[in-house]
Amino acid sequence: MSRIQQRRLHLGVFFTGVGPQTLWADPRSAPQMAIETFVDLARLLERGLFDAFFLGEGLRVRENRGRVHDLDVAGRPDAITQLAALAGATERIGLVATQNTTYNYPADLARRLAALDLLSDGRAGWNIVTTDNAWTGENFRHGGWLPHDRRYERATQFVEAAKALWAGWEPDWEPADEGRAKSWSRPGAIETVERGTDLVEFTATPTVPASRQGRPVLFQAGDSEGGRELAARHADVVFSAHTAVEPAAAYAADLRARLARHDRAPDSLRILPGASVVLGDTPAEAEEKAAWVRREQVTGPRALSYFEQYWGTDLSAYDPDGPLPDIEPTDAELDPSRGTISIERRTGKRALIDRWRQRAAAENLSIRELAIEVSSSRPPFVGTPGQVADVWARYVRERVVDGFNLLPYLVPQALTDVVERLVPELQDRGVYRTEYEGTTLREHLELGPA
Amino acid sequence: MTPSPRLSLAVELDGDGAHPAAWRHSGRPPGAVLGGAAVRAAVHGAEQAGFVLATFADSPVPPSSGLDAAGRLEAGTRAAFVATTTSRIGLAPTLQVATTEPFHLATQLAALDHATHGRGGWVVGTANDPAAAATIGATPLAPADLDRETRDVVDTARALWDSWEDDAVIKDVATGRYLDPDRVHHVDAVGARFTVRGPLITPRPPQGQLVVLADARLGLGGLADVSLVRADLAAADSPLRFVEVEVVLDAEEPAVDRLAALDADTVWEPSGALRHVGSADALVTLLRELAGVVDGVRFHPAVQAVDLPILADRVLPALAALRRSPGRTLRESLGLPRPVNRFAASVR
Repeated sequence: MSRIQQRRLHLGVFFTGVGPQTLWADPRSAPQMAIETFVDLARLLERGLFDAFFLGEGLRVRENRGRVHDLDVAGRPDAITQLAALAGATERIGLVATQNTTYNYPADLARRLAALDLLSDGRAGWNIVTTDNAWTGENFRHGGWLPHDRRYERATQFVEAAKALWAGWEPDWEPADEGRAKSWSRPGAIETVERGTDLVEFTATPTVPASRQGRPVLFQAGDSEGGRELAARHADVVFSAHTAVEPAAAYAADLRARLARHDRAPDSLRILPGASVVLGDTPAEAEEKAAWVRREQVTGPRALSYFEQYWGTDLSAYDPDGPLPDIEPTDAELDPSRGTISIERRTGKRALIDRWRQRAAAENLSIRELAIEVSSSRPPFVGTPGQVADVWARYVRERVVDGFNLLPYLVPQALTDVVERLVPELQDRGVYRTEYEGTTLREHLELGPA
Repeated sequence: MTPSPRLSLAVELDGDGAHPAAWRHSGRPPGAVLGGAAVRAAVHGAEQAGFVLATFADSPVPPSSGLDAAGRLEAGTRAAFVATTTSRIGLAPTLQVATTEPFHLATQLAALDHATHGRGGWVVGTANDPAAAATIGATPLAPADLDRETRDVVDTARALWDSWEDDAVIKDVATGRYLDPDRVHHVDAVGARFTVRGPLITPRPPQGQLVVLADARLGLGGLADVSLVRADLAAADSPLRFVEVEVVLDAEEPAVDRLAALDADTVWEPSGALRHVGSADALVTLLRELAGVVDGVRFHPAVQAVDLPILADRVLPALAALRRSPGRTLRESLGLPRPVNRFAASVR
């Protein structure tokens, strides 16, 4: 007898540890580096039956015009180390480390992820990211060694090598009678992995068997052609950028077509876009709170700092509540490498500044008001818990997404609201689990065996 | 007269024990060692016993290429796994200088120190044989190059741990500044084989600098906090000197018989460490003698399941007046001061 399984929503939290979205100045904001902040958060999410807790990665402290950027929360732990500590403090939640394939050694990273997977008893995940950023490379042995157009080639070979290392031990590697066995492991049960291309070169023998979930769950976040292909070939979950219905549906259709080309079943990949959610008791209160969040995120100094990157000069003498600077920007184009500017804005700043000036004049916007409009966006999900639950239930029933990776604006408060108020509404609608049925991250995601 | 406490007692907790055949005498399947429960049980046992430090041996290659253990969890993750379930014992994984990225290594150790509120240490690993080097697609470094690389990596890690001053995070709501950029520094470390710009992505570790433990033969001198010496009790010019002591203790069977049985499976080749094969009482006597000579001892129990409980029940209690008690941080436990930040000292 076949049974139609009710689609259910999967939730994760993406804790970036940097950037302007976190309201660090709010007295309710938990200390950024304290292990207790992370433990309390992971346990809160376990109470909310979340699939996963993610840590971001950034291998160089952000800078603005040659100085460490001082307005945003900054300073974070090594992701795998921190997640190993959380593995010891939690029971169920998946633990996902963002790690890039450019500035890591494949066998070293695969080994550390495998250790996290075993110590957590099958709850580890790897959010695969790439970079070609030579500025970040200044912290590493080989600097900016990887050409931009080969970064996904490296990533693909890296991931395939990691998978080979994770599969290096036969499932029946343990000798039948260990007491009198001739050797610790069954002879021939452990395979050495060799790679010898110009992008991935090593010989390594894996030092651990598979975990309860087979191997770490693979997440992929890139939205470029290379990123989508990597996801279609290897990812179990995509951490996508599309939250509006139409682009999200188009993205899902594109990915499923790619899956088919790689002989993968359409249900072998979960799509979890990053999203922020603002809840209120009434629709009006939620809207008001969302506007407050944006105002708090774009403080006066942040607004000036944001425009300084485009003007290329010190604007600290300007009043953020006054009009845009009347001086002309420097000729130099933007440097997107420093972690605070998106790569799409590598060129064309003059035209952009002209548009901003026209808009500020037309709408009578101050520096800060304009910055709120152009440097932040309205959170995609704003409403009462019931309203947001209705929207999310529709998303998941129509398979637009499989869930969300929440980006909290205030830790832990924004997530306490989700766990205590939104989760019960989702459960009432039958689109969210009422208990963990499994123990591994793969099971939480309702993915088949690796 | 009661002697003042002066001996720091550390224990190495890798695998089933220091003897290569320990796994045959542990009463559990080989794979049991590769999970969180085993790591937790060993470290919690050591903390209960009163050790000030647990170390975790490691290598990028399997611990044995023959009949013995082929499995091992990466040491940094093992140490971090027990960060929140322990509160007094120091945790020092072995991380490698030649087969890792210095920046990652420094970040991982800083994160361990934060997660433990200042109980992190680092045993400097110098794996450099062909198999180890091949894990990063390299060939072994010549001895002089390895020495240089070791100094460079330790020096770079230390510079990175100082790259954020203690008071760099200011959270000044009035000006909107989260940190003071004048107190977060590029380090511009220049090694023979690499450079690192910095700063670290992680704020300064609670201890300022993690406790660095290194084999005395590496000759790190003051770059290490603790030199690990062998039976020759070689001189070392780091602040502290610990002697490595392998132990096989009388249990249900006499220690000599236990060692013979273990060696019948795989011979425990001498490593140069002191090796005590005998009673707990005789070990206590040995340690009393060592107390005037070295600052600490790192035990290598032959079979963890057998020898660790005897150390806990018979040896450490007998040394109550002689051994140092765990403090809040590992530095405090060992009597090491919290280092001044090199950038704070030079700038102000």
